[in-house]
Amino acid sequence: MTDSSMSQPSYLNIKKGLFSWIFTLDHKRIGLLYLYSVGAFFLVGAALGVLMRLELLNPGGDLIEAQTYNQVFTLHGVIMIFLFIIPSIPAVFGNFFLPIMLGTDDVAFPRLNLMSWWLYVIGALFALSTLVFGDGPADTGWTFYAPYSVKTGTNVSMSVLAAFILGFSSILTGLNFIVTIHRLRAPGMGFNQMPLFSWALYATSWIQLLATPIIGITLLMIVAERMLGIGLFDPSIGGDPILYQHLFWIYSHPAVYIMALPAMGIVSEIIPTFAQRTIFGYKAIAYSSMAIAFVGYFVWGHHMFTSGMSGPAAYIFSILTFFVAIPTSIKVFNWLATMYKGSISIEVPLLYAVGFIFNFLIGGLTGLVNGALAADVHLHDTYFVVGHFHYVMFGGTGFAFFGALHYWFPKIWGKMYNKLVANVAFAIIFIGFNTLYFPMLILGIMGMPRRYYDYLPEFHSLNQISTYGSWILVSGLLLMIYNLIRGYFNGTKTTDNPWNGITLEWQTKSPPPLHNFDKAPELVKGGPYNYPNAIDGSH
Amino acid sequence: MNASNFVEGVDFSMYLILSISVFFLVGITVVMIYFLFRYSKKNNPVATNIPHNTYLEIVWTVIPTILVLIMFWYGWTGYRPMLTAPDDAMEIDAIGQMWKWTFKYPDGKTVDSLVIPLDKPVKLNLISKDVLHSLFIPAFRVKQDVVPGKDYMMWFTGQKLGTYDILCAEYCGQLHSYMLSTVSVVEQDDFDSWLVSSPDTSNEHVGLTLLKNNACLSCHTRDGSRLVGPSFKDLIGRNETIIKDGEKLDIVVDKQYIINKIKNPKISGVDGYQSGLMTSYEDILSDEDIDNIIEYISTLK
Ligand code: HEC
Ligand code: HEM
Ligand SMILES: [Cu+2]
Ligand SMILES: [Cu+2]
Repeated sequence: MTDSSMSQPSYLNIKKGLFSWIFTLDHKRIGLLYLYSVGAFFLVGAALGVLMRLELLNPGGDLIEAQTYNQVFTLHGVIMIFLFIIPSIPAVFGNFFLPIMLGTDDVAFPRLNLMSWWLYVIGALFALSTLVFGDGPADTGWTFYAPYSVKTGTNVSMSVLAAFILGFSSILTGLNFIVTIHRLRAPGMGFNQMPLFSWALYATSWIQLLATPIIGITLLMIVAERMLGIGLFDPSIGGDPILYQHLFWIYSHPAVYIMALPAMGIVSEIIPTFAQRTIFGYKAIAYSSMAIAFVGYFVWGHHMFTSGMSGPAAYIFSILTFFVAIPTSIKVFNWLATMYKGSISIEVPLLYAVGFIFNFLIGGLTGLVNGALAADVHLHDTYFVVGHFHYVMFGGTGFAFFGALHYWFPKIWGKMYNKLVANVAFAIIFIGFNTLYFPMLILGIMGMPRRYYDYLPEFHSLNQISTYGSWILVSGLLLMIYNLIRGYFNGTKTTDNPWNGITLEWQTKSPPPLHNFDKAPELVKGGPYNYPNAIDGSH
Repeated sequence: MNASNFVEGVDFSMYLILSISVFFLVGITVVMIYFLFRYSKKNNPVATNIPHNTYLEIVWTVIPTILVLIMFWYGWTGYRPMLTAPDDAMEIDAIGQMWKWTFKYPDGKTVDSLVIPLDKPVKLNLISKDVLHSLFIPAFRVKQDVVPGKDYMMWFTGQKLGTYDILCAEYCGQLHSYMLSTVSVVEQDDFDSWLVSSPDTSNEHVGLTLLKNNACLSCHTRDGSRLVGPSFKDLIGRNETIIKDGEKLDIVVDKQYIINKIKNPKISGVDGYQSGLMTSYEDILSDEDIDNIIEYISTLK
């Protein structure tokens, strides 16, 4: 580690063969294992999404059966939530970059890290097994609402067990990151010297650790009810369906921040690098992540305003929901201010970050509409909500994920993709995305409910536009993936620091050596983003 | 005039927030794009490190706080009146079951589509016989989940003559998107005469009326085609494989089997069909009703 003349081989070359990957303890390789698995499930989920859009191109069931449609949106939701978006940024880029950005050689518990990937694989197999075993994949929606989930004959137990196992995978990742951040920061790196991505992962990890057990036990209760007939949620055997909704959302609302916070962390990395100046409001961004994670625990009731809630409960859940909007909006203003007086290079990762801000704004602002009690009565469970959460999860987190992929691609593989093609792919994705989801917001305001296999004629034209959008989006996604794969095989070699970044991962080689650094990295003086060549603007 | 008394409150909160949102979306996007060009590497070769600015940060914390409090307030004031129905409201039972709405008036009149008098508050007592449903009238801006085991209600006043869609907004299984009905707002006189009129079922078999009113026909057809459950055509005397306690059994359908199925569908399943979807009608149908149903079914050849 100390002798710089003796450099180690890169983590990619140190060992070869399948087993050197699937049993690796190297956090970078585990990150890539996650990248490939998460990426594969994204494609499966997207294919199911496109299938739904095809069915909805015209009213009247013309492509698949109603029952199949219901199973498709359930599987789509389960895959996208549990197999794609929750593990996406933390498990892929968190695993790969958190130790490097902290200046250390691995996460705190490498074996646990490998185990969480294996749990992910086992959970995924459980979820997919419903396609072949039992009476078909669940048809409940990804929310598994009781009592339908107790009554239906489809294979709900298996899907629910899959989510249970995936929960453990998520808990272990969270635990690992918390300990890593507390114990393994480079000498001299205080919490306030950490890059903002680490802060975001820190806040996320606490949610993963504390909230996930609740969904675990709730889902087991469903299995107990189905298999043993214990009356927990189904009123016909003495249960309470509203109890299920509370338990489900106590996890699933905080889980929204498991999806959003890491994405915000990515954007907080990309913008300073491409503006070549320090982040504006470091502490505001760092602490607002913690504030969001904390307040996020107390707003779950906003999913239940029409489930028969008392006036005072509705009042309190609504006002708390509006309070979460404040730290979120502060972050947006900070990103904007970071562009001010920067020296900006408009590269692909920055475009994804800007696309993130635009989409995430729409997602967040439509969330305010849902948080307002009167408006939510009309919009709840309509396509407005479907539009809203795709703007947050896909337009937000999904775009940040693609941005991170383009940002760190040269670091991970030491090669560069074709930038022109990447720009074109971004433009197609951005246009396709908005054509697909914006009409859904209007459909919702017009009153089209979600989870609809068929719809009334007045909703036809907007549904058509939305389906055309899905075709544009998919062509952009395929172009992006093709370009990245081509970059992996034939890309030009890059330097260690092609973007002139300043956080620690840019001090090591591309691709990094097995133990991350040939010589101990040097911390940047005056904060992690204090670009030495920029004019000092702190008055 | 708005279609219902709640349109104003809901639309005001919705469009207020949407307008503020459009303002911020456009504003932030324009500033962002301006910065991208104004401070591009070409136009601004050397960046400036500005770590923070207390004054600005206070401004952009306080302004959003005030705005969200305003948004919250109008959301609440538009919602609060929905919680309590006026005392003079006319009460109607609204029953949701897979996948049909039924409305029962105080005098016992039972219909598939709601008819209400103009300008008179109406209170719907929401009853679910199986799973969650949600009664949604987009034109009236009202929605309330219908939860089995809970006595929920919703109320509204129809203020404009016309017929409006009723949809189910809470996913309830296979035919969720077909769980449709309508509400017609009519003059008081027309309502009164409608209420005392009785639909002409004189030449309809009682059994058929029972099948219609109990939503059996949303799962079972009369013409031999397959829906969620097996068709009633040629049911009696059919050779069929049922699943009892996990084992397959070949039986011939007879009256007693049908009676058992209607009273306690869980005792066995039918091979090739999803079990668990049909609920027990033991407390809903009398023995005489069931006899009538069977009599009608035996005419379906
Ligand atoms: C929500 C859908 C649904 C409703 C409503 C429903 N059923 Fe069923 N029914 C089913 C299904 C599914 C089956 C087959 C699986 C099973 O036995 O559980 C079935 C089975 C049956 C059978 C046995 C048929 C056979 O071939 O063995 C009879 C008889 C029957 N239903 C009568 C009725 C009557 C009468 C009503 C109304 C009072 C009714 N059902 C309402 C779904 C429904
Ligand atoms: C190609 C891209 C995608 C398309 C075309 C698509 C399409 C759709 C459609 C049409 C629905 C609504 C189904 C209905 O209510 O009837 C839906 C639901 C959903 N989508 Fe997507 N989607 C895509 C990507 C994503 C992504 C990236 C995520 C998450 C990160 C996601 C998460 C969800 C979830 C959670 C649901 C709700 C499922 C349910 O109601 O149980 N989707 N999607
Ligand atoms: Cu929420
Ligand atoms: Cu429904």
